[in-house]
Amino acid sequence: MENNAVKMEGIVKRFPGVLANDHVDFEVRTGEVHALLGENGAGKTTLMSILAGIYRADAGNIYINNRRVHIKSPRDAIKEGVGMIHQNFLLINSHSVAENITLGYDRPRFLLKRKKLEQEIQEIGQKFGLEVDPQAKIWQLSVGEQQRVEILKMLYRGAKILILDEPTAVLTPQEVQELFSTLRRMAQAGHAVVFISHKLEEVMRISDRITVLRKGRKVATLATRDTNPGELARLMVGREVFFDIKKSPPKPGEEVLAIRDLHALSDKGLPALKGVSLSVYSGEILGIAGVAGNGQKELAEVISGLRPAKGGKVLICGKDLTSVSPRRVIEEKVAYIPEDRKGVGTVGNLSVLDNLILKDYRRAPFSSGTFLNLRYIRDHASSLVEKFQIITPTLETSAKLLSGGNLQRLILAREISCSPKLMIAVHPTRGLDVSATESVHRMLLEQRENGAAILLISEDLDELTAISDRLAVIYEGEIMGIVEPKEVTLEEIGLMMAGKKRKMLESSEVTS
Amino acid sequence: MNLDIVIATLSATIKAGTPLLLATLGEIMAERAGILNLGLEGMMLVGALSGFIVCFLTSNPWVGLLVALASGAIIALIHAALTVTLRANQVVSGLAVTLFGTGLSGFLGKMVIGVPIPNYFTPIAIPGLVNIPFLGPILFRQDPLVYLSYLLVPLLAFWIYRTRPGLHLRAVGENPAAADALGVNVYGVRYLYTLIGGALAGMAGAYLSLAYTPVWIENMTAGRGWIAIALVIFATWDPFKALLGSYLFGLVDAVQFRLQAVGVAVPSFFLNMTPYLATIIVLIFATTETARRRIGAPAALGLPYEREEKS
Repeated sequence: MENNAVKMEGIVKRFPGVLANDHVDFEVRTGEVHALLGENGAGKTTLMSILAGIYRADAGNIYINNRRVHIKSPRDAIKEGVGMIHQNFLLINSHSVAENITLGYDRPRFLLKRKKLEQEIQEIGQKFGLEVDPQAKIWQLSVGEQQRVEILKMLYRGAKILILDEPTAVLTPQEVQELFSTLRRMAQAGHAVVFISHKLEEVMRISDRITVLRKGRKVATLATRDTNPGELARLMVGREVFFDIKKSPPKPGEEVLAIRDLHALSDKGLPALKGVSLSVYSGEILGIAGVAGNGQKELAEVISGLRPAKGGKVLICGKDLTSVSPRRVIEEKVAYIPEDRKGVGTVGNLSVLDNLILKDYRRAPFSSGTFLNLRYIRDHASSLVEKFQIITPTLETSAKLLSGGNLQRLILAREISCSPKLMIAVHPTRGLDVSATESVHRMLLEQRENGAAILLISEDLDELTAISDRLAVIYEGEIMGIVEPKEVTLEEIGLMMAGKKRKMLESSEVTS
Repeated sequence: MNLDIVIATLSATIKAGTPLLLATLGEIMAERAGILNLGLEGMMLVGALSGFIVCFLTSNPWVGLLVALASGAIIALIHAALTVTLRANQVVSGLAVTLFGTGLSGFLGKMVIGVPIPNYFTPIAIPGLVNIPFLGPILFRQDPLVYLSYLLVPLLAFWIYRTRPGLHLRAVGENPAAADALGVNVYGVRYLYTLIGGALAGMAGAYLSLAYTPVWIENMTAGRGWIAIALVIFATWDPFKALLGSYLFGLVDAVQFRLQAVGVAVPSFFLNMTPYLATIIVLIFATTETARRRIGAPAALGLPYEREEKS
């Protein structure tokens, strides 16, 4: 018999209105990297949260090392050797790495022995290739390093079964490489690793076996070497998906957005944009690639008028719109799909109807100066709901009750209905499942056909290379280079994301 | 100026600063756990009155002090139950507690207004230390509560920065979700430090009624609870800086009192205003400073914590 580190049997978990896990069986062996694959909402995270003690299953049994266990809290889970690394890091930014790692641990009981603790952390780090300075404060670390702290936290507690929830979403390709080699080392050291993902390419690269979930049910468990991305995609979605997005050849027109030597500060008051220059032409999609926090958010905010520029110019159709009010930018037919759908994109407590007219309510025919023209607004809103397939019980439903995909369709409906000349889309498909992602891509391409200029900011390199006409890579507030996606490899883009300029890349190719 | 006057003024500075220091330390502990306690003034008043009455009945100020600690903690329990368990708005709850404490102490205190107590805390010179030139008579001819406050500052600082319970305290105030995920009892920690904060506020009140001016006067805290809340920001949640800030305010108080005594030609109303004016100035200065550096304030201060369950 195989040595099962974990065996979950007939797990059922209900949330109000949803059956998140429907009699799921799941096994992980010691010494393997096991991928848990599925679309968003397939129940992957729920299943692992049950194992990690965050949720309790409504039915089903869990065995660890062939012994039945009852896990009621994260604390129980860690006692059984189960540690989960969440998508959103649970770290205390103002505390040191060592303090974060020892938090909640009960040895030593009273006094914190910093020296000894720091030494132990370094030893574990060296063993698994997770080097990080134990004295550094979390806010000083890169996202990749923060993730290492999260992993160290679990290893320090003696976790033998590690669950990583979409760990690569925030990493550069090089950091992904390092993470994968760490996972390999952990598996070789006899740990069991569960890798939650919806990215086929990564799952194929790192895992030994794959379990696919769809709509809360287990579809299959396969050995990685016996399968292929096509089969996995079919299992995940339940139908054939087409990886190639049909796209007409670009026919760029006039310059719509011109950014010249733009400078801006971040929320912390540090320079976030250091002389960015870009042009976006009508009928093209310019993608911005980069690791989160390199100035993408600030760039989008400066263009849309939400953040003042400290220098340089933003020209839209030749008009100087540097540091003007968002309203002025909206009047120039600029559509903005913000990163934060709930906080910036919509007002959660207002109805779907109100959210759909947030940008139009003050102009005819929506209003006549003082009063809203409710009949017109209602017709307009219901036609948008129908056209964009927003699933909502009524127009009066609060926007906060919509699912992520529906909320994004609502925002797109509002933004596209003004027939924009320029569209700024920030992570438009983040957190959406395959079919919602497809529909967002289709809408962006439609706008491109209609002659809009589109600035697409994303962390998903597959998305960027698939739909952008040109790709700019941003690193620490500077553009490292602008390339055509077909001309470069993912590796080259990765190097640029890590701070190598395009020109430096070319010259190093010549010398080598 | 005469050296004796300087020593007397600085000694009065310590006396005037001590209730502020005790209250500020209490508020620091509560805010470190993420609980903003605007009920400080009410807790001080209840502590001052209960300590006074018990001392009157038992003629033992130490018993009075214990009761003041307990009654401050009991009032804090109301605040903790409302804000931690019921997740009420901390500002609203704190204001309610202050109104409640003010009203309760005013009502129950009617019967002891103007009553003298048989025994109270009086200065005790510490042998040896008091002979240090200049500093000796300032620092070491004080009452026992002042000496306790000297000990509390390093003790609490050590607790906060060097011990595991202190780490848990800071973690709960910074990121309760992270602390919870690692098995720290967030609710327990928040209750505990809100109660400790209330007890220290009660002690601050007892200092006023059992040492500073050993009588009961309605509303005798005179806004010191609010000054302490401002001092927490000035101190950037650090006990040693709280000591500095409290004595700075004690100095303002002592100096304005002395100016009144020597009959400076400024109406006493204006001189009485100076500590509050100083509070506003300190707040303007301290908040812009912290806003600029973005350090200090516990990140989860004022935010109720609820374990996340999918709905």
